[in-house]
Amino acid sequence: MNGVLESFASPEIRYALVAPLLIVLGGGVLSVLVEAFVPRESRRTVQLFLVTAVLLASFIWVVRLAGTNELAAEGTIAIDGPGLFMQGSILLVAMVSALLIAERHVDPAGDAFASQASALPGSVDEKAFTQQGWLQTEVWPLFLFCVGGMMLFTTANDLLTMFVALEVMSLPLYLMSGMARRRRLLSQEAAMKYFLLGAYSSGFFVFGAAMLYGFSGTISFPGIVEAMAADPGNNGLLIAAIGLLFVGLLFKIGAVPFHQWTPDVYQGAPTPATAFMAAGVKIAAFGGLLRLTYVALGGLRWDWRPLMWGVAIATMLTGAIVALTQNDIKRMLAYSAIANTGFMLIGVLSTNPSGLSSTMFYLLVYGFTTIGAFAIVSLVRDPTGEATKLSQWAGLGKTSPLIAGAFTILLLAFAGIPLTSGFTSKFAVFSAGIEGGATPVVIVGVFASAIAAFFYVRVIVLMFFTERAEDAPAVVVPSSLTAVAIGVTVAVTVILGVLPQSVLDLADKASTFIR
Amino acid sequence: MTTDLLASATPTITYAPPEGVFTYIWVLIALPLIGAAVLLSFGRRTDSWGHYLATALPIGSFILAIMMWLGLLARPSEDRGIIQHLWDWVFVGNFTANVGLQIDQLSLTFVLLITGVGSLIHIYSIGYMKDDPKRRLFFAYLNLFVAAMLLLVLADNYLLLYVGWEGVGLASYLLIGFWQYKPSAAVAAKKAFVVNRVGDFGLSVAIMAIFVSFGTVTFPEVFAQAGESSEGTLTWIGLLLLLAACGKSAQFPLQSWLLDAMEGPTPVSALIHAATMVTAGVYLIARSNPIFDGAPTAQTVVIAIGAITLIFGAIIGLAKDEIKKVLAGSTMSQIGYMVLAAGLGPIGYVFAIFHLVNHGFFKANMFLGAGSVMHSFNNQENMRRFGGIRTVMVVTYITFAAGWLAIMGVPPFSGFYSKDKIIEAAFDHSWAAGLAAMIGAGITAFYMTRLFTMTFLGKKRWTDDVHPHESPPVMTIPLILLGIASLASGFLLAWNGAIEKWLEPVVGFQHPEPPIPIPVISGATLALVILGAVLAYQQYRREVPLTAPTSVSPLTVAARKDLYGDAFNEAVFMRPGQYLTRALVWFDNRSIDGAVVAMGSATAGLSNRLRKWQTGYSRSYALSMLAGAFLLFVALLVVRL
Repeated sequence: MNGVLESFASPEIRYALVAPLLIVLGGGVLSVLVEAFVPRESRRTVQLFLVTAVLLASFIWVVRLAGTNELAAEGTIAIDGPGLFMQGSILLVAMVSALLIAERHVDPAGDAFASQASALPGSVDEKAFTQQGWLQTEVWPLFLFCVGGMMLFTTANDLLTMFVALEVMSLPLYLMSGMARRRRLLSQEAAMKYFLLGAYSSGFFVFGAAMLYGFSGTISFPGIVEAMAADPGNNGLLIAAIGLLFVGLLFKIGAVPFHQWTPDVYQGAPTPATAFMAAGVKIAAFGGLLRLTYVALGGLRWDWRPLMWGVAIATMLTGAIVALTQNDIKRMLAYSAIANTGFMLIGVLSTNPSGLSSTMFYLLVYGFTTIGAFAIVSLVRDPTGEATKLSQWAGLGKTSPLIAGAFTILLLAFAGIPLTSGFTSKFAVFSAGIEGGATPVVIVGVFASAIAAFFYVRVIVLMFFTERAEDAPAVVVPSSLTAVAIGVTVAVTVILGVLPQSVLDLADKASTFIR
Repeated sequence: MTTDLLASATPTITYAPPEGVFTYIWVLIALPLIGAAVLLSFGRRTDSWGHYLATALPIGSFILAIMMWLGLLARPSEDRGIIQHLWDWVFVGNFTANVGLQIDQLSLTFVLLITGVGSLIHIYSIGYMKDDPKRRLFFAYLNLFVAAMLLLVLADNYLLLYVGWEGVGLASYLLIGFWQYKPSAAVAAKKAFVVNRVGDFGLSVAIMAIFVSFGTVTFPEVFAQAGESSEGTLTWIGLLLLLAACGKSAQFPLQSWLLDAMEGPTPVSALIHAATMVTAGVYLIARSNPIFDGAPTAQTVVIAIGAITLIFGAIIGLAKDEIKKVLAGSTMSQIGYMVLAAGLGPIGYVFAIFHLVNHGFFKANMFLGAGSVMHSFNNQENMRRFGGIRTVMVVTYITFAAGWLAIMGVPPFSGFYSKDKIIEAAFDHSWAAGLAAMIGAGITAFYMTRLFTMTFLGKKRWTDDVHPHESPPVMTIPLILLGIASLASGFLLAWNGAIEKWLEPVVGFQHPEPPIPIPVISGATLALVILGAVLAYQQYRREVPLTAPTSVSPLTVAARKDLYGDAFNEAVFMRPGQYLTRALVWFDNRSIDGAVVAMGSATAGLSNRLRKWQTGYSRSYALSMLAGAFLLFVALLVVRL
């Protein structure tokens, strides 16, 4: 009896280092309790208060930890520069997304989420719930768990933690995708697709993790590095492991050929959830990919770099070219997200510190820009909900110059026009790519940007220089929540376009992984 | 004759970091800039007090400039250069430019002129623009102009000078078109802007050439190397700088905008288009003196341009009936004198600046006087409907008379001291330049006397609806001060060679030694002036037709049409430009667009193909993921092999 107790050493968690994570996940648990015990009428107030407090507290803690370079929880979590930078970025985009999720003035029937997500679309139940004006707050615990999962994903330092984080992050997202108040069938189809394909890709990831364990005998990244150093020979297990792990991660970031879920899910999911997903998942998944490729598989970069070249080129070109013929604004933004994934991959495959810092910078600024774009999409509405058909956006600049102007700035940022953050970030990854010897990919990137610029500018032309259509939608005046979100995102887009240096320096300082 | 021994043809000044009052050089610019910012950003809330603020700020700058002047006087003349480095501005590759301000005798002379005359014109405008609904905006633009002009003369490098150069161009554009509801004003503003672009293009290319040749754009560094550079390089840079000066200072062949610019409110004409901005070209040449001193060919061109313009402007002044257009022609002509003097090298720089200062006083005086007349004549400006005003507007009459005598060069008025020196220096260079300058003086006397007689003397030819009256004190006090300056600035500055000694360390100085004795030149000039004045007086003191006669000599017709300046511009610049753009559009439509459209439709076709891949079925997505995974393995294996 005694012997067992003595041999059981309690794990050293180092709570101070993982506190930001614990705050968010603990907040998620509290949030579930709030759903269960707080009376319906005060639930929303309590939830909003809780979410705000949790995100702020966690962010302040992350800022306090800045400069830390240590392992926590027995080496399973790495609190280092990139990890903290991306945790901070995730919290920032989560704060802005939370404003959109909390919005209740845009849809006359309430918020963007279903009054009762479990009711069958089109059923009598659903009608009844809608008529009674039910509003749910169940999205908040999901949101907090998802944020927690994302934060864990960027700092996971072994394969198992990474997998757990992947699922903690993904499962709430599957649910959130299916909760749209309008066009519920489309939303549920999106959720189903996302779940099926996500599970499928997780399978690849687990297989890959198992094989990597089979090769190295350990799941921790430093252990894997050691094992590879000890056995640098040609090992089939290793090759299989890399391939399978990459499938899982490339699916999450939405790289070609694992991108096909993106447009369907972006289109179907409730727009605030899409915004959160587009910004947050991108940061988290790239965080995991960067850690895996730079730390665990850094020694094998000559093996996986050519593959990454191909993926980056295919992603940039597919995203840019297919976006050309889209006629739905949300799908167009989804393809733009795919193209941008390709640009960010240039930062990954340049495998140098500037590649790391430029990717992190890109992720942050892209997160803000994309949330702003989806926020504006949620404002342009006709009686059936959001007017996402591009043709309906014609002449918007004449009736709502302010909204059309803000959207123009964001589109110019997507296109990478100077004086917007999109230019600085693209410039940063391109120069990192050239420095890392990936000049051909950068050249393709420049071409893809040129193609992409066409459809961004097309929307601007549509808004400002085309006559207004008959069935033109109206722009809803939002509450201050969405207005603040749009204001912040546009401001960040412009400020980081004009004065990016301080944030670039911060990313530079944070660009060393703990090994 | 000790000054002779001391006089040096090349600059001897050295520059040091600021101390004491000179640490506030930036405040000179900041004050009017704050005014513009406050008036523009707080909008209508400043309507009631904005013009007082906007007037007080340039006065503040003027007081500060006086303090700096006293500070400079306390130093030995070679140590009167101060450069204040504010911050690093542009650093790209090996190109660096700082935001730095430079005070020396030359720039401080300009600062005093700009803030002094500028303040008086601000005060005058309080009365002149009293009933204008957009008075606040007017003062905001005036302050913006003063700030930009101060930046232009205080910059310690060409790039920052360019910022000020464009800034005054912008302010000039805004103010010429201030009454934009008048189509003529809008067109005039556009014309001024477009014509100035030609000159600005010269300046930008000059700056590039300077950087390529010297590796820097900072004045002291450029000038230190100018002596080692080849004459060809200096000639090109000099000619480009001259092009810039021609645009800004309305010199031939870019003179056409200045006459139209009289569409702006009269205080604008006084401040921008007489006293300050249009002299920026002279400043540029005088400031770049080491470049021009090494490029005799460029100097010859400068002299030629100056001589042509001084005659040209005078001829235009002869034929115009609108009082402000006559003054505009005379401005061109007087700046022609300055440019000519600046082209003479160390003999002339000092006199160019001397005349510039005097001209700033007497021309601002006359423009404001003309404004005062127009103010009481319901904004009429046709001199054929004036006449006999001397009895009803006594202050305006007397002060205008001081300006009139000054511009003709009648001793002891200011113009005599500077213009006479320029004519002497021109004779030192060549007979042609000297004669042009001398004949110009005669024509000046004629047209200015014509203006003066038609406006103030003779019989009343007023329209029935005007009841002229003297302007309020807020307008007449600036007139009186400028009138006194028109009288006194000449002999005060020429006293014991004060202006030569003051400017010589910056621009160098040599005494002119004309081939004929100086008293002969002075005497002949004065005789010509008196002849011109008497002829004009005799002709215009009697009957003046109420409408301009139509059967006149071809020269008069030409002069009325600004000596075909616009026709020249249209034929030489506009038409070829239009043909070029048409040809380019045709080429673009035929070939480039074709290629672009073809590429675009090819991409769109590809897009439509790729779209089909997106079936919407999870099963086919899963299949393509599987295929993708397979490809990944293949790629990994291929690399391994």
